[in-house]
Amino acid sequence: MGWLAESLNSSIGKKFIMAVTGLSLISFLLIHLIGNFTLYGGPEAFNGYVETLEIVKPVIRVIELVLALIFILHIFNGIKLWYENKKARPDTYAVDSKKENTTFSSRTMIISGSIVFIFLVLHLATFWVAFNFSGDTHEKAMVYYSVVLEWFQEGWYAGFYVIAVLLLGFHLNHGFQSAFQTFGWNHKKYFPFIKKLGTIYAILMAVGFASIPIYFFINGGN
Amino acid sequence: MSAGNINLKLKIWRQSGMRAVGAFADYQISVSPDSSILEMLDDLNNDLEKQGKDPVVFESDCREGICGTCGLVINGHPHGPKPKIATCQLHMRHFNEGDTVWIEPFRAKAFPVIKDLMVDREGFDKIMHAGGYVSINTGGVPDANEIPIPKDVASTAMDAAECIGCGACVAACKNASAMLFVSAKVSQYSVLPQGQPEKYERVQKMVKVMDELGFGSCTNTYACEAECPKGISVKNIARLNRDFIMSKIKSNTTEIEV
Amino acid sequence: MAILDSKVPEGNIAEKWTNHKFNMKLINPANKRKYDIIVVGTGLAGASAVASLAELGYNVKAFTFHDSARRAHSIAAQGGINAAKNYQNDGDSIYRLFYDTVKGGDFRAREANVYRLAEVSNNIIDQCVAQGVPFARDYGGLLDNRSFGGAQVSRTFYARGQTGQQLLLGAYSALNRQVAKKKVELFTRKEMVELVVIDGVAKGIITRDLVTGELNRHTAHAVILATGGYSNVFFLSTNAMNCNTTAIWRAHKKGAYFANPCFTQIHPTCLPLHGEGQSKLALMSESLRNDGRIWVSKKKNDMRDPNQIPEEERDYYLERKYPSFGNLSPRDISSRSAKEVVDEGRGAKGQDAVYLDFKDAINRLGKKNIEEKYGNLFEIYETITGENPYQVPMKIYPAPHYTMGGLWVDYNLMSNLPGLFVLGEANFSDHGANRLGASALMQGLADGYFVIPYTIGNYLAADKPTLVPTDHEEFAKDEAAVKNQVDKLLSINGTKTVDDLHKKLGRIMWDKIGMGRNEKGLKEAIEEIRELKKVFWKDVKVVGNSDGVNQTLERAGRVIDYLELGELMALDALDRNESCGGHFREEYQTPEGEALRDDENFSHVTAWEHKGDSAWESHIEPLNFEYVKLATRSYK
Repeated sequence: MGWLAESLNSSIGKKFIMAVTGLSLISFLLIHLIGNFTLYGGPEAFNGYVETLEIVKPVIRVIELVLALIFILHIFNGIKLWYENKKARPDTYAVDSKKENTTFSSRTMIISGSIVFIFLVLHLATFWVAFNFSGDTHEKAMVYYSVVLEWFQEGWYAGFYVIAVLLLGFHLNHGFQSAFQTFGWNHKKYFPFIKKLGTIYAILMAVGFASIPIYFFINGGN
Repeated sequence: MSAGNINLKLKIWRQSGMRAVGAFADYQISVSPDSSILEMLDDLNNDLEKQGKDPVVFESDCREGICGTCGLVINGHPHGPKPKIATCQLHMRHFNEGDTVWIEPFRAKAFPVIKDLMVDREGFDKIMHAGGYVSINTGGVPDANEIPIPKDVASTAMDAAECIGCGACVAACKNASAMLFVSAKVSQYSVLPQGQPEKYERVQKMVKVMDELGFGSCTNTYACEAECPKGISVKNIARLNRDFIMSKIKSNTTEIEV
Repeated sequence: MAILDSKVPEGNIAEKWTNHKFNMKLINPANKRKYDIIVVGTGLAGASAVASLAELGYNVKAFTFHDSARRAHSIAAQGGINAAKNYQNDGDSIYRLFYDTVKGGDFRAREANVYRLAEVSNNIIDQCVAQGVPFARDYGGLLDNRSFGGAQVSRTFYARGQTGQQLLLGAYSALNRQVAKKKVELFTRKEMVELVVIDGVAKGIITRDLVTGELNRHTAHAVILATGGYSNVFFLSTNAMNCNTTAIWRAHKKGAYFANPCFTQIHPTCLPLHGEGQSKLALMSESLRNDGRIWVSKKKNDMRDPNQIPEEERDYYLERKYPSFGNLSPRDISSRSAKEVVDEGRGAKGQDAVYLDFKDAINRLGKKNIEEKYGNLFEIYETITGENPYQVPMKIYPAPHYTMGGLWVDYNLMSNLPGLFVLGEANFSDHGANRLGASALMQGLADGYFVIPYTIGNYLAADKPTLVPTDHEEFAKDEAAVKNQVDKLLSINGTKTVDDLHKKLGRIMWDKIGMGRNEKGLKEAIEEIRELKKVFWKDVKVVGNSDGVNQTLERAGRVIDYLELGELMALDALDRNESCGGHFREEYQTPEGEALRDDENFSHVTAWEHKGDSAWESHIEPLNFEYVKLATRSYK
């Protein structure tokens, strides 16, 4: 399998990994967001949704593991690429024209990605840990919704959440079309559509995820 | 100071050698708006020489935008702020009285500065040596019209083949990636029937050498396309990616020797 | 004076090359790797020779002063490349291409060479297509052709306006393949500064590393020069900044004869000079003359804007003088006519320029049509001049473009020095006194791909495969001489810059050895150039030192050679008491002002032998026209 390692370790191979993992995460986000929308249905709807997931826990655990691997690959590879690319251009220009020849999203991937990563850690520490490791099952079933409510009423947390998902939007805006370019699917007829789709998707995700903390912060769950 | 001239402040990168530390030097110049920026530097150098000072080293040759020798970063843009021209085609009428013009060399680890504004782009040749050709000998080829090629295919190949190998793509890219250059050559052969027999081997070899030379990888910011003096499209990069991935999946070769 | 033997094989012209190929000695494949060949220059001729020779098995050392083998000025050729394919079914043939080229060259080329050129022209197209050169195609997928000056058939193959680039990149790719195979050792940023001749045979070269300043010795069994032409002797020309005569000039001083140095081509459609700081002249494609009308004001010193000069005050001088060819008259005639009207003081707004006007064409065909045909060229024009040619007539003026003269070679492309071969624009052989459009690319590739691989074998077969060691005393002597020259240049520390002196030389060349030449002017030019040479050696200022990048020093070395070459060009022009092609002696013209050839006395090649400072001896190669009958060209 030397050839596979070599292939994946080449510059295009690394990009390929970013694209595959990125698109997987993009799909995951959609499912995650749909689940989150049950919060708008009130405590019963949300708690019910989480309960349902509890029933298929072993499957969820496998999915979580795969997801974690994908995340780690995406993040590790992303940082590696960023570091190598920095080395390829050690000196900067006195006058920089990047604003004129690149998009904001495309040149800030490492920044948006890093902040989203910090957010992810916080997110896991607050919600995921609370959902999975606090007391017995029966007791938990009642608190999912209130945990969310509690956190989203913390101004700094809700604020950071909103900023992070907005940056996620920028990240997706570039990442979506970039993945297709990396796969080699840049066609005169279809690529403009993919670019637009990516932007719409990014906006939907950012607005969708951000709406929830805003809703809870303003409404206080009522 | 003749009539109609404009006065400019130049900030030019001076670096005495590969390992030397460089810095910007200031010059004041009066130049005809009809001059090209390289003619302005000729003028400046002639004055410096008269004063017994070292002229600014920069490279140029055809001064028609086709040989790819010249390449300066002017006010942050490889080949200057005007699109689709080489440095030699940038005329001073696009600047205004009193402007400050920053002139820097291409910056990339794979393009070390030799002196002042002159950089070493040998990496491009090394990539070409690895596979930028169709393996045929002189003589013994079929009649030219025995290989019919659809007009649009020939045109796509020509779009890619217009690359002048100047390195502006590397200079513009925040990662100093050479993907636009490599993809232009790979694409030319990838779409033409003449390139098919070696299609997969070629792309693997060229990418391998490109990676070894310390060029960065492509993160699809498309700065290269925006700054390319010939407007080479990033569609070529997509084609390169596709060919590379397919070659890895399909070809029988497990080890690439260059 | 000696009579030179061109070694043209016997027999019918159509069979000469075939027979010659059979009669030449061969080297068996296993022995070829015992021979080293130096090729200087990696343009079309050089790169194609490097690739082809390496493919055969020779060890090739390729040298270029560029940073890459892809940058030679062949790359700038726009129009196309001729070949006698007759794909258009319009009556073309090898014989017709041969005929057109001999006639276009005003009967001063060697018939046998030109025939061979036409013969291999078809192979070139096949070769380039197989390499993946993206020539223009028709909707059926087959190759497209366009027509060009000096021919009544469509035989020009092209790749948009970048034919030279695509052909050069093709040859460069073939060269790259041999570098990868380790059959070619490529030396970039190395300038040849001396030819090493041992016992009258070319055995190596001395190069200067343009980055470190180091001088290096290289030995080989044969040396090939493919270093292009010398139009930059005029300072301003359409040639690239670094094109120079140094390689062939230094070979000339080592004994190689220089043939027809005064045969230079002045291209009629270039952009005029904008001022003192100008570094080169840009060429606008000749195709513009298909629809543009050339004119100047009838009045002297007319400073009005061109659009304010009424129709009846305009002089469409080409249409007036050459009603049947009009604006499409050949290059030499168009150029000379422009000079005449400018000399009369009727240049555009008092400048050295004439108008090329598309107003009538736009009215007749519509702006859209003109845009489709010439949009690209109009854009280039606007980029350079800042004027919009859809509204204001273009200003054009002739500029030095190509040099037909060069080192003398025999039929095998070998100079009078055994072991020294010369290819492409650097030699004199195929274009006579005027080159036709789209023929330079053809000649470069013919020499490199299809002639030298055969003829060099014949030479090497007679040579023992032992190399002269680089510590041979001749190498040491030559290296020391080069070093002396460099040291001397750096030590003068005068007051005049290299560029200023080059510009002065250019002015003399343009005024007196340019489009029109006469005995008085040529004699003055010789004196002025000699004087300028003295000034150079006394008062030049070359800053910096020799151990590192020093572009001023590079230019200084080249300008010395131009100064000497300029004198020889004047001498040759003075010696050739006739007008032919690009060489127009004002004393020799018909009553209508056309070139007047003297076939009785000048149907020959003049090859000059260097005999020391400002001293030359001429040798003659008689030209016999057995197949194309001598006739006066007429374009009335």
